[in-house]
Amino acid sequence: MAEPAARRRGGIRGNEATAGWLFVAPAVLILGLFLVLPIGMALWVSVSGWNGQGSPFAPGVPFVGAQNYADLFLADGLTRENFMISIRNNLYYVAVAVPAQTLLALALALVVNQRFLKGTSFFRTAFYFPSVTSSVAISVVFLFLFANSGAVNALLAMIGISGPAWFADPRGLLHLALGGLGLVDVADPPAALTGGGPFGLSWWEWLAGPSVAMSTIIMLVVWTTSGTFMLIFLAALQDVPVQVEEASLIDGANAWQRLRHVTLPMLKPALFLVVTLGLIGTWQVFDQVYVMSQGKPANTTLTPAYLSYRTAFTDFEYGVGAAISFVLFLIIVVMTLLQRWIMRDRDEVRPRRRWWPRRGSTS
Amino acid sequence: MGRVGLRAFAAACLLVSAACGAEPGPVPQRTGPAALQVLIGSSGAAETKAVTDAAAAWSAASGNSVTVIPAQDLDQQLGQAFAGSSPPDVFYVDAARFADFASVGALEPYAEALPAAGEFYGTLRQAFTYQGRFYCAPKDFATLALQVNEELWARAGLTAADVPRDWTQLTAVAERIAAKGITPLVVGDTVERIGAFLVQAGGWLISPDGARATADSPENLTALQYVQQLLRARLARYPSALDTGWAGEAFGRGLAAMTIEGNWIKGALAGDYPGVRYTVHELPAGPAGEGTLSFTTCWGISARTPYRAQAVAFVEAMTAVDQQLAFASAYGVMPSVTTARDRYLQAFPADRAFLDSADHAQGPVNAPKMGNVLSDFDTQLQRLAVADPQAILRRLQRNMTAALRG
Repeated sequence: MAEPAARRRGGIRGNEATAGWLFVAPAVLILGLFLVLPIGMALWVSVSGWNGQGSPFAPGVPFVGAQNYADLFLADGLTRENFMISIRNNLYYVAVAVPAQTLLALALALVVNQRFLKGTSFFRTAFYFPSVTSSVAISVVFLFLFANSGAVNALLAMIGISGPAWFADPRGLLHLALGGLGLVDVADPPAALTGGGPFGLSWWEWLAGPSVAMSTIIMLVVWTTSGTFMLIFLAALQDVPVQVEEASLIDGANAWQRLRHVTLPMLKPALFLVVTLGLIGTWQVFDQVYVMSQGKPANTTLTPAYLSYRTAFTDFEYGVGAAISFVLFLIIVVMTLLQRWIMRDRDEVRPRRRWWPRRGSTS
Repeated sequence: MGRVGLRAFAAACLLVSAACGAEPGPVPQRTGPAALQVLIGSSGAAETKAVTDAAAAWSAASGNSVTVIPAQDLDQQLGQAFAGSSPPDVFYVDAARFADFASVGALEPYAEALPAAGEFYGTLRQAFTYQGRFYCAPKDFATLALQVNEELWARAGLTAADVPRDWTQLTAVAERIAAKGITPLVVGDTVERIGAFLVQAGGWLISPDGARATADSPENLTALQYVQQLLRARLARYPSALDTGWAGEAFGRGLAAMTIEGNWIKGALAGDYPGVRYTVHELPAGPAGEGTLSFTTCWGISARTPYRAQAVAFVEAMTAVDQQLAFASAYGVMPSVTTARDRYLQAFPADRAFLDSADHAQGPVNAPKMGNVLSDFDTQLQRLAVADPQAILRRLQRNMTAALRG
């Protein structure tokens, strides 16, 4: 019989599709109700002029199109300025926190993975501990540590350094570095930089770097997240076959060569995961800002996630608040795609068709 | 849990609001015994208990039932309640947020018709008037005054006669205190404290009718330049520079000889720093005379309540002279009606400086959409010591004008 069973829907496997849908129905329902539907609603709020009175879907709520988004990018005003400041802060935050936490996690994993190290399980637990502690509790502890007369400044004082007023210091680290090197006068920055810049923020403002206050939040986040990422690296490290390492030993590779050319390439999937999770987590930073600084001092710890919350729930600008969260969503997606493209596997996936001629070849 | 919790919470309130869409148009009124929901932003256990007791007494006498709900975060909970079309019938409205609520039609303008409408202090009536209508009855109020730490005062060789009466004396006294190595004045770094200097210089941020920004004025410039001069000479410090959360903490710990705070400092010092001895005086006068700021809350009635008449009766009972004096002794606020003034001063003679300031007190900026603008102004004030006051005021003027237009 040439009649294939697949043509008929009956038979022994006939109900599989129905059963499959039935099994995933709870998940689909929950995701739809609590994820897709609210996102759709928020999308509507972001293009509406809803003032917070009654339902946003009531007949009288005006549709304002891209007005809320235009306020964030085009209209010269406080909304755009605050938003751009928050973007700047978060850019520096991501630029410092993601590499730092990835390197630290990798280093910790390599150390803990050593076979000769005694008490590895103790160190694994110790390094992972900050990750399982409530971020609010850790934030409060950091508030005490970095208080003007706190432990950090006391330690600095022991070696003769007068520590800054961490949470009250809005000075940017880049500004401080430039000033320290004598390149610019921080009190009177060059007019070329203060004159103009993209999105209503002067180049001087864009180049501020993370503020002293922000750097404490960066330290906190690096410390808390590196434990989780260490665990991911550790799992990947233990997957590296011993034979590969032995083979490289026989080939005469030294420790650094083994790490660079054997271990690291095998850790690439884990590295991708860690950097992606890091990018997403750092762009969404909220709890630490909410607990520790609320954007102060001088808006230098303001982040888009916190600004979105503040704009919606305390300034009653629900439309703009929702618009900020959608821009944030787009930023995260673009960053992840970009990072995926950068970390793509160059050895295996070569472009099949080249549209440029290879040098010295005729075809 | 922060992020996930907030997200789930935001989703939940959107769902709730979608489920019960608002019916536009006037709300049909119900007569007879009402079940009133009262949402309060309580200052603490004492206030919650006092209001709950007063509400229980009123409900027993009037036959209505009242549920008093203390809010964790009043602004946010009210925002949610309005978004969900199920606002409480009666709720506290802070004067700084009043215009936001009034401008979107959330409040019932009932206060004009109250028999006691004329007895509220002028500054408080003004604080709850939007576009010419007096909306809600002020609950109580507080003003800023000067607190002097007696021990540090004596250590600096000063006497009661040296308490500064104007800016010149303030600078002179502060220099004498600083010469002894004591921080003279700690003052909060927000418009809610520094604004008092603007009033003393004869300026303010907005026109009395709330229609025009008046931030960029020579009077305001004089005030900011004076404060800047104090900050630069380290005669005045911000609380964060003294490693404290607010000026009351710095004052209570004896880190500064003077501070500028409101009535609430009384309870805070008694609770946290019972040992500190201090006196309270009216703020030093500026070039345009005396001036201070007033802070107040009103009993807002929702425009969507079906029990308007009962809610008004409840507010009348809560703002009656005897009831306000009971509140005053329970949690240390000043009655909002002039008719309670003499009896209040008999009971609390030490509060004369706070109460006498009411005559030249300025309420918060009374216009919608100012939260963002004023928090930006606060940000600028934090760097007042190194910034250009004229630029700060120009920026504020521009932002306020934009917010008033939009």
